[in-house]
Amino acid sequence: MKLSLHTLPTVPLEAEVICPDKFIGNSLDAISAMTVMHGNQACSLADFFTLTDDGLETIEVDGDLSKVKLIGSEMTQGKIIIKGSVGAHLGALMTGGEILVTGNAEDWVGREISGGRIVIKGDAGHLVGSGVRGSDTGIQGGEIIIHGNAKNEVGNGMRRGLIVIGGNSGDFTGVNMKAGTIMVLGQLGQRPGASMVRGTIFSTQSAQLLPTFTYNTTYKPTFLKRYLIYIKKLGFTIDDAYLNGKYQSWSGDSLELNKGEILLFAE
Amino acid sequence: MSSAIRIKNGKVYDPLNGIDGEIKEICVQDGKIVDSVPDDSPCIDAHGMVVLPGGVDIHCHIAGHKVNLARKFMPENKRHDVSPRVNELRSGTGGSVPSTFTTGYRYATLGYTTAMEAAVPPLGARHTIEELHDTPVIDKGFYILLANNVCLNQLLEKGRMEEFREAVAWWLNAAKGYGVKLVNPGGDEPWKGHKNSNVHDLDEQIRGFDLTPRKIIKALIDATNDLGLPHPAHIHCNNLGHSGNYTTTIETMKTAEGRRVHITHIQFHSYGGEVGKNPTSKAKEISDFINNNPNVSADVGQVMFGEATIMTGDAPLTWQLRNMTNKKWINADTECESGCGILPFSYQEHIYTHALQWAIGLELFLMAKDPWRMVLSTDHPNGGSFMNYPKLIRLLMDKQFRKEQAALANQKAINSTSLLDLEREMSMYEIAIISRAAPAKLLGLTHKGHLGVGGDADITIYDDQEDKEAMFNAARYVIKSGKFFIKDYEFCSDFQGRILHVEPEYDHAITQKLRPFFEDYYTIQFDNYPIADSYIHDGEVVPTKSLS
Repeated sequence: MKLSLHTLPTVPLEAEVICPDKFIGNSLDAISAMTVMHGNQACSLADFFTLTDDGLETIEVDGDLSKVKLIGSEMTQGKIIIKGSVGAHLGALMTGGEILVTGNAEDWVGREISGGRIVIKGDAGHLVGSGVRGSDTGIQGGEIIIHGNAKNEVGNGMRRGLIVIGGNSGDFTGVNMKAGTIMVLGQLGQRPGASMVRGTIFSTQSAQLLPTFTYNTTYKPTFLKRYLIYIKKLGFTIDDAYLNGKYQSWSGDSLELNKGEILLFAE
Repeated sequence: MSSAIRIKNGKVYDPLNGIDGEIKEICVQDGKIVDSVPDDSPCIDAHGMVVLPGGVDIHCHIAGHKVNLARKFMPENKRHDVSPRVNELRSGTGGSVPSTFTTGYRYATLGYTTAMEAAVPPLGARHTIEELHDTPVIDKGFYILLANNVCLNQLLEKGRMEEFREAVAWWLNAAKGYGVKLVNPGGDEPWKGHKNSNVHDLDEQIRGFDLTPRKIIKALIDATNDLGLPHPAHIHCNNLGHSGNYTTTIETMKTAEGRRVHITHIQFHSYGGEVGKNPTSKAKEISDFINNNPNVSADVGQVMFGEATIMTGDAPLTWQLRNMTNKKWINADTECESGCGILPFSYQEHIYTHALQWAIGLELFLMAKDPWRMVLSTDHPNGGSFMNYPKLIRLLMDKQFRKEQAALANQKAINSTSLLDLEREMSMYEIAIISRAAPAKLLGLTHKGHLGVGGDADITIYDDQEDKEAMFNAARYVIKSGKFFIKDYEFCSDFQGRILHVEPEYDHAITQKLRPFFEDYYTIQFDNYPIADSYIHDGEVVPTKSLS
């Protein structure tokens, strides 16, 4: 199924219907008539998109979708390819399947997912792989791969899963983290791992840590090499120095359980 | 257009009039129950249905600033429970602390037509009334917190008992309250000034005052009785939730010395064991005491497994719970009147203490010889949402279901209680008592909780089903003050309920004695403090009587 945006929404369009689970078994007419909320107006998908049935199950969406949010919400299977940029809450609550975005993504990429994979070739906004405000639990599984930079609060409350940021991450990376792994191939912002309980945050650059983190040792973590080889296969360029290098290990946040770790490249 | 309704062929349970499942005709005219209506009046054929008075909740937390804070700080609890606009009904959100509109609608959907907000600092009364105005359908009122009031404490420590009583009456008038609530008497005030300061014994001196909790409790029990309030002192005892607190509870009940008193959410006050260790059940001791002392009434405060929200004026308690859960919490201080604490909480079957609390609550219901003095509540939302009432009713009416549920909970806890030995199954008549007739009687609401001539036409009609949970979950008809809220399962119309309050008489000279205290210590001018009559849009003054 191919969708091409023909009318730019004036306010964010709630397009949770763009999801393989909703499309499967429906005719082109039925899909065209599916409801999307444009502010407080209920519109049909065809009011904003030109739909073409190419006989494939993969959903391809074209156009400037930066004001189209909730694409792939609660998806469990299949694949969505977005050619361009995408709006907030991409793949919220997804449990399976794959979303690929060639451009940038707005805030809340992969909110509260528990499975599947989201790949963003460009940059992402704030709160990648986080829980909603008020909740103490973020993603519970799955992979979020950002090739560019990400803004603040990557993996807020994260409990399981993998988040990879190819560029730099903003402030409070891994804040309130319970478990899981965040890999940042660029620079970490301020106060990474604030209030983390368990879990791992990794960066190839040095970082200024909070005073509640303590230095343990410098060593070669075996598991990290496996992870780096894995993300190299996903298309990231990893210098051999990182694969075989030594890393500083820091523990924190001592205001919580002090069982989280931050690994920073040393030499 | 006449507003008459005739309900015929229904099986009627009306304990206040001694009607136990008789097929009887009920007639309604102009919001009241009457002897007869014209023959051509609209008629409901309630064949195969059960007709009950509207439910009365004696203790819940549904309005005011602590409730509102809880709504605001738990968006995660509400976002998956959204009530859209239906017909005339307003939209809202649910969760363990529903929004105002949703609170009114959901209570009414269960067949409840009256609910009492249980803890409002008088300073927060104006806010509470605003919210109650937006809580539709049900009639409601609120109790004001007076047991940690600095001004009253000062009068009390000087032994100025006359003035104390006058001040209580003035405060009830000023706040438009319905009754007097005591929360952790004497414990909050020192806690607000000193870390971990609290009182743990009724005869312990309260830091900063020449007083003991017992003196405060006695004074307020006497004042509420002397003023002839329709509902006696409503007491949340000291040491809530602590192992071994049942002795405090019994001492508190003894303090009444035969005068009327209501102990609320008594399940949380019925624990044996040593402080700091696992609690045990003392439901038998508490039940025996209440069975033998007809001046004492209680509501249970049953714990139901699942999501809940702790919200109480007992701030030191919430600090302890916060240290157990390590989650977010709110702590607040209402000037000279009260403390407050709020935190999200989840009762889980496998946890010993939670399973024990669940079992103790059921024990208390089933061991009570007089259902008129042990009434139904979950201390919404502290022990669980009021939406659990149908399940709770089924637990009381269905021994088999109770055993199945007990099998899912922590066995060490269940086996340490006598729950599995209790074979009693409550009848529909008894359920009508604990959820309708008795709370109305204890509240002194003579026109509620029954279907006799002259009573308010608050009527619920359920399909008579074997599964009592399903039955009580969806009333087929809900009539409030003679108007249909639900008709044949469909929402009909949206309307306001009344705010119930009392106006005990007092000597106006007391205002001159209270004024200097307000000028010295309050952030609000004395003249701005009382709530004007015009502020209440649709109120009803429930008469007080002098008992002496």
